[in-house]
Amino acid sequence: MREFLERDVMEATEGRVRFHTRVAVNVLAIVQRELEQGPAQVAAHAERLASLGFADDAELAAAIRRGDLDDRWAEVIACVHEAVRDKLAVANPKYLEQPGP
Amino acid sequence: MAAEEDLGTSLAAVLAPALGDAVTVEGLRRLSGGASRETWAFRARPAEGPTVPLILQRERPGGARTGSGMASEAALLRAAADQGVPVPEVLVTDADPAGEALGRPFMVVRHVEGETIPRKLLRDEEFAEARPVLARQLGEVLARIHRIPTDAVPGLEEQDQVVQFRELLDGFGQPHPAFELGFRWLEAHRPPSTATAVVHGDFRTGNFIVGPEGLRAVLDWEIAHLGDPMEDLGWLCTKAWRFGSPHPVGGFGPFEELFAAYEEHAGTPVDPQVVRWWQTLGTLKWGIMCIIQAATHLSGAVRSVELAAIGRRVCEQEHDLLLLLEEG
Repeated sequence: MREFLERDVMEATEGRVRFHTRVAVNVLAIVQRELEQGPAQVAAHAERLASLGFADDAELAAAIRRGDLDDRWAEVIACVHEAVRDKLAVANPKYLEQPGP
Repeated sequence: MAAEEDLGTSLAAVLAPALGDAVTVEGLRRLSGGASRETWAFRARPAEGPTVPLILQRERPGGARTGSGMASEAALLRAAADQGVPVPEVLVTDADPAGEALGRPFMVVRHVEGETIPRKLLRDEEFAEARPVLARQLGEVLARIHRIPTDAVPGLEEQDQVVQFRELLDGFGQPHPAFELGFRWLEAHRPPSTATAVVHGDFRTGNFIVGPEGLRAVLDWEIAHLGDPMEDLGWLCTKAWRFGSPHPVGGFGPFEELFAAYEEHAGTPVDPQVVRWWQTLGTLKWGIMCIIQAATHLSGAVRSVELAAIGRRVCEQEHDLLLLLEEG
């Protein structure tokens, strides 16, 4: 499917349709990485949440908001950043190489 | 098309006081438009002399109003020009005596020749000499914007954006631990206001017209408001507006050049930590705007593959936000 879009459709189209085809190719690449990395990432994230004492992101978000985790700031930042890096590894791995902030 | 002929005739009527009764309108074509307004390009041909390239912006019928409206924006463009800010010259608006003929709120400005597309400005050879001067130029221009008297334009308001974006995020009911950390940090580190000034509000690469020699005009004053002038410096340096360039000031140059030029022309010192607070808020704001854009797609209101891919921009902003928080 992705190869078909990348080769045949991209060559046969131009302008707006071609642009949207390029975007669609990117979305398919995301789906492919999700299938490859998703299960391991879900397990790793559950482990990270458990180490902080939470069952899911909603609990973690609420605790951060209440200030319950202010004295574990660096630990929480590191944990959340690992989860975000995992998401980026699926969504747009090249972004992780960009200089910042 | 009849509708465009009608628009051309109405335009000629509103332009008559500025360009003479014999003025005619030609080459009228629709450009892109935002949610709240439509944009047209055309040429006005006076009785004598060369044609004048112009831009019409007018509100959509029943369009969603953002900012403080067209009349306020036109007044602001004129006040900015008075301070030496490069902006498109306003020829006529619906607030002028001849302006009623167009029905809806509008303004006609002179077309400014040049490029706005960020990737071209940051990469093309044509702008190789503009890039090294832009960080300083933008610093000087911001100092001039912040000199606009706060009472020059009626209707400008001050808003607490931390509260505003907190409410926007809560409206989606999804947990975003990274953004919660951002809000927590912003609340704990909010700097005292440095001043109250007219803030452009969307001063960033993409809203500048640039020529090979440098900055030619600052566009998109739609969300201008009153607030801390450091907001504009922080937003300009937010990573999303670097488009992959390593240079923090809109992708063009280093912080030091922006700050030095601003200090020289504003006469007040810039505290990099304050700018950094606004840059952090800017990253959080853009992340939440990406959530809004992705949600617009998922709700079926706008169907496009492009919008579906915007969701991934959310975790890019989460990443940038956490990089800022890690550096303290």
